[in-house]
Amino acid sequence: MTRLFGIRVLIVVTVALGIDYVVWRWLFSVNWSAWWIAVPLVVVETYSLIDCMLFGLTMWKFKERPEPGPPLPDVTVDVFITTYNEPIDLVMGTALAAKAIHYPHRTWVLDDGARPEMRTAAEADGIGYITRSDEWVGHSRHAKAGNLNNALGATDGEFILILDADQVPKPTILDRTLAYFADPTVALVQTQQFFINVPEQDPLGSQAPLFYGPIQQGKDGWNAAFFCGSNAVLRREAMMQMGVRGYVKEVEGSIRKALRAADQVLTKARKRRGLTPGEATAIDRVSYAVVFANGQLSRGELLAEITFDFQVAVDDATREVVSADLAELEADLAEIDRLSGSSGRHRALLVDDAEVEALARRDWSPLGALESVRALVKTIDVDRFDEAQPVMPMATISVTEDMATAMRLHSHGWKTVYHHESLADGLAPEDLSTMLTQRLRWAQGTMQVMMRENPLVQKGLSIPQKLMYFATMWSYLSGFAALVYIAAPILYLCFGVLPVHAFSIDFFIRLIPFLVCNQLLFVVIARGIRTWRGMQYSLALFPVWIKAFTTAFGNVFFGKSLGFAVTPKTKQEWSPQWALIRPQLIAMVLLFISCIVGAVRMFTGHAAVSSTLINIAWVGFDLLLLGAVITAARYRGFVAHEPSEKGVSV
Amino acid sequence: MIFDVEYPQEGAAVITANGRLNMVAAPRLRELISTTVKDKGCTRVVVDLADTEFIDSSGLGALIAGLKTARTAGGDLRIARPQEQITTVLELTNMHRVLRSYPSVAESLG
Repeated sequence: MTRLFGIRVLIVVTVALGIDYVVWRWLFSVNWSAWWIAVPLVVVETYSLIDCMLFGLTMWKFKERPEPGPPLPDVTVDVFITTYNEPIDLVMGTALAAKAIHYPHRTWVLDDGARPEMRTAAEADGIGYITRSDEWVGHSRHAKAGNLNNALGATDGEFILILDADQVPKPTILDRTLAYFADPTVALVQTQQFFINVPEQDPLGSQAPLFYGPIQQGKDGWNAAFFCGSNAVLRREAMMQMGVRGYVKEVEGSIRKALRAADQVLTKARKRRGLTPGEATAIDRVSYAVVFANGQLSRGELLAEITFDFQVAVDDATREVVSADLAELEADLAEIDRLSGSSGRHRALLVDDAEVEALARRDWSPLGALESVRALVKTIDVDRFDEAQPVMPMATISVTEDMATAMRLHSHGWKTVYHHESLADGLAPEDLSTMLTQRLRWAQGTMQVMMRENPLVQKGLSIPQKLMYFATMWSYLSGFAALVYIAAPILYLCFGVLPVHAFSIDFFIRLIPFLVCNQLLFVVIARGIRTWRGMQYSLALFPVWIKAFTTAFGNVFFGKSLGFAVTPKTKQEWSPQWALIRPQLIAMVLLFISCIVGAVRMFTGHAAVSSTLINIAWVGFDLLLLGAVITAARYRGFVAHEPSEKGVSV
Repeated sequence: MIFDVEYPQEGAAVITANGRLNMVAAPRLRELISTTVKDKGCTRVVVDLADTEFIDSSGLGALIAGLKTARTAGGDLRIARPQEQITTVLELTNMHRVLRSYPSVAESLG
């Protein structure tokens, strides 16, 4: 309790000093004559202050949970191991460890790669094997979320432990986590993720000890512990409830939208050149059905009935039109027969009622040629024709299904728990390329959720919960801030452009105490865990964060592809990967050159000594942070006999 | 959970669900509706819930999956005679805005 009190005092002091500094910056020290760099700098400083405040809020309710009690007795558990392209041996290693979990359960390999050899291997060891059902053919697969949803439909355990293929569980994982579900409103227990193939100095920044520790424990205090996709236990009922609610919401939304847009679609279709009389009639009949459906909707009738009546009306209409067309065709053929004198040569073309029925089926009807109208008709239904499964328990709005799913759970009043214990041995990426792909995917997913379901406007979330989600999203915007933090000292050293009035006593008397307190807060919270790598990467991966933002923006608002790639889990052929960090290398060269130019300008009397030295120190700090990518590009992968192995158990 | 199927009309089937329609029974109901629609050709399916004492979200999920199967085949799925617990769950999940509960099997067939 005293420690928490100390942390809170530090938070208050840090935030107060930060506000004092930033307010002073805005009001008294912006060099408006160089506004084009001065304003961006003060904006990103404000960004950093908000980041710091959100961190403070996270830590305010830092929660260290006591030992969990005994696991719930006699509940059914399914253990899911998700895989796509990982080596069979790796998956089987995890699967066998999962099978050996003490608490009674069933183990399943969820193979999205549908590999026969994977099935053989799993079944040989008595492990369940699940791959996508036939329903998924021709539908969006929704990556891992789709894989999990498919498996939820094929199993029936009350609880589900989700494991990535490279997370080897300990036998006690269920014994340690099932107790939390005694509270019937707990939907999810997330445990720590810890990687065993990472050396002490963690060149790729894999461990994220600040996140799987204080940050999750802080979020937990606000009932906002995040779901991280693996090493987590879920309550099936909670997931299914999200799926059913999501279904109702989707169906209502899409039907209303389709009915609103119907007029426009039909008017456009009517204007098409070369419409056959049959097609024109069909469009008219669909129009009538739309008007009728709108009337039903405004009277508050149920969606199943509105859409059923609508579909029946459209089917009837198209059937009539097809029959009329065929009758005409038959008459024409009879005429041809009569004129040519032959009899019955074309009889084979004639069709019976059953075939009229078949032709009238939506795809073959006169609407068949009118793609837009057909799509409209299909949308005005409750079957979510565009999805393989109408019910999607795991959210599919983002490539990081976990965050979106947890947010939905929270907004419907469910609780989540963070259990701070390493209950699985994970494997982290061992090369820069894989690591960059993975970080990009996380950042893209987070951005997608922020743009599609902004937590700040989600009903049902408490204000702290909203801010806990927002904090994570906010921190991913740091790429833009990094650009300014890199550019500002270069501009001064090379061209003498000063974004502040002066680097004066006034300036430092406000900035230094804030920075010192901020660092102190980190030290107290981290309690000896290494946070330096994480700090480096939040600046050093600026191209990744920017790319994540722009691609997610293009995806959400313009429907562009994310260029999504599954994180490769096998080791890639090694060579120094300089090409992957070109933007960082360019930034480092520019920073270095600017130091030389700055020094020359100082010695020739073109620049003030104090400002130059301060900017050189600033550049030095930038270079120290960016330096992480150099270590990463040269990293050759984990060697098991390194002395780092003492870090294995936590 | 015991399921029973009757065929009162051409192209129609009435499934009686006796017991608890929970996560264990849900996959079986889904399978049953699927065979009724696809193999038996009964595209109009009524699920009679008079003897269903309990439903959870997985049970609802099975009904929705059945609705999709029936609609895709050009038919429909309807529910009849739900108990109070079921009505509550339908309201809790907003499913009552999608699916009407018919007071009798005869009406749901109409």
